[in-house]
Amino acid sequence: MKNEFKIIINLLPAQSRVLDVGCGDGTLIEALINQKDIDARGIELEENKVKQCISKGLSVIQGNAETELGQFPDKAFDFVILSQTLQAFYQPENVLNELLRIGKKVIISIPNFGYWQVRTSLLFFGKMPITKSLPDSWYNTPNLHVCSIKDFYQFCDKKKIKMDRIIGINNEKISSINRVNLEMKNLLSEVGIFLIS
Amino acid sequence: MNYKIENIKQITVTKPLKLDCGQTIKNFPIAYETYGKLNEKKNNAILIFHALTGDQFVAETNPVTNKDGWWNTAVGPGKAVDTEKYFIICANVLGGCMGSFGPKNINIKDGEPYGLKFPVITIRDMIKAQESLLEHFGVQKLLSVLGGSMGGMQLLQFCALYPDKTFSAVPIASTASHNAQQIALNELARQAIMSDPLWNKGNYYKDKKIPKNGLAVARMAAHITYMSDKGLQERFGRKLQEKKDYEFTFDADFQIESYLRHQGNVFVDRFDANSYLYISRAMDYFDLSKQFKNGLVGAFQKHKTRFLIISFSSDWLYPTKNSKDIVIALNASGANVAFAEIKTDKGHDSFLVNEPEFLETLKGFLDSNFEIFKNEK
Repeated sequence: MKNEFKIIINLLPAQSRVLDVGCGDGTLIEALINQKDIDARGIELEENKVKQCISKGLSVIQGNAETELGQFPDKAFDFVILSQTLQAFYQPENVLNELLRIGKKVIISIPNFGYWQVRTSLLFFGKMPITKSLPDSWYNTPNLHVCSIKDFYQFCDKKKIKMDRIIGINNEKISSINRVNLEMKNLLSEVGIFLIS
Repeated sequence: MNYKIENIKQITVTKPLKLDCGQTIKNFPIAYETYGKLNEKKNNAILIFHALTGDQFVAETNPVTNKDGWWNTAVGPGKAVDTEKYFIICANVLGGCMGSFGPKNINIKDGEPYGLKFPVITIRDMIKAQESLLEHFGVQKLLSVLGGSMGGMQLLQFCALYPDKTFSAVPIASTASHNAQQIALNELARQAIMSDPLWNKGNYYKDKKIPKNGLAVARMAAHITYMSDKGLQERFGRKLQEKKDYEFTFDADFQIESYLRHQGNVFVDRFDANSYLYISRAMDYFDLSKQFKNGLVGAFQKHKTRFLIISFSSDWLYPTKNSKDIVIALNASGANVAFAEIKTDKGHDSFLVNEPEFLETLKGFLDSNFEIFKNEK
């Protein structure tokens, strides 16, 4: 399992109610149920992945998070997870507002566009970066609104969204991010995980 | 239509049942069939609800028509609903014509078939009438309930009435409320039957001159709604029926005409016209949201049942929108719900034909839920 999922599992208390938005083949949901007895649900766009989830006995609905989160009542979940998908929505701000409405807390991870490899790709080669967490070319990437950890940090600040924890991942290394080390971590983290409310 | 009664299993429901129309019935027969074996722990039972023109003969060979059971694609040894693993129960609905209490039964009051004296029934009445079957088999909690189309409506009604009697539920290509178009299409079918002079206000059993033409037209119209535009076009297109050119008559020049006529003709041999009226009426009256203060959300409040809702992309009779409304209500009430829309050109009938994506999804859901159910006990 990827490092990011391990961190997310650690962040979540046992037996909580969780919605995984864009849950893929259900790897994270399955781990949450098995390891922490969490009541985990999911929503996923791709029919094939939904089928895989259902075959594992997971409660996953096929649907588009951009338009279909409205069906969940306010604070329906203790936590809502959005793993490296925010940048693929047409209106990420609207989606984020919906996540904060239906979840008491939200865990969002973003592929960091401020990562040094991304910066050097543009600086030295003049080409759109291709990295482990941004693997697609400019012409076929699903990412419409990429941002850096610093961008998202400032966005939360501006919108008065409370940041309970921020974690940076660089390969196997995990570190806590705060106002003081933000510039450095923005350079060194490939992925950022935000626990917000 | 006649059938050999010895091929039909029945229970007699002795408990009086107050119908939604106000009348009370008792000591009436409900016909059923089972497949597979009930295990010792009695935790492998699945109740299947049939659609408008279905019956209790889900799998194997239907002993009355000698054709395949209506859900033979899904139910059988090693199939999606595996009869080597699960115990399958299916009842003929109240109002039906395959051994359950219906309009062609004899009214002991006058020794005549009921005909239109049979009370108008609802989906809720059908479910209450079938409930005794669980007692009959000593099953306290079913592993699952399954149903497509009207079967899905019965399933939702079952879950709303008896939330603790099933561990999981799979409504397929169905709806929680019949809409204007669905009512309109049923009305078209009923008018076709009732405008056949042989229908004779429902009184046709005696001299056995049944309203074949009306019933056949009803079936033809319905059959079109079970298929998609693309499915029809691919299968029939403008192909001619065993001829090289138009004949400039009103005989069946086109293959699709011939096909529909055939579907109409074989149907009248196995189905009672009055049953069609009564059952289609029950579908039209179905609106689960009306039964609860909070609407559809109220129907599933505090439910622990694990739902899988399935729809088909080319189904225009019970489109994905209908299924999504169920999903939305279930989510709003905090129920446990999975949902998949299967991409297919096979229209509403997708759940009855060999549609691998659908059958794999159903199998995966049942098998994984059986494991969870077993461990829960």
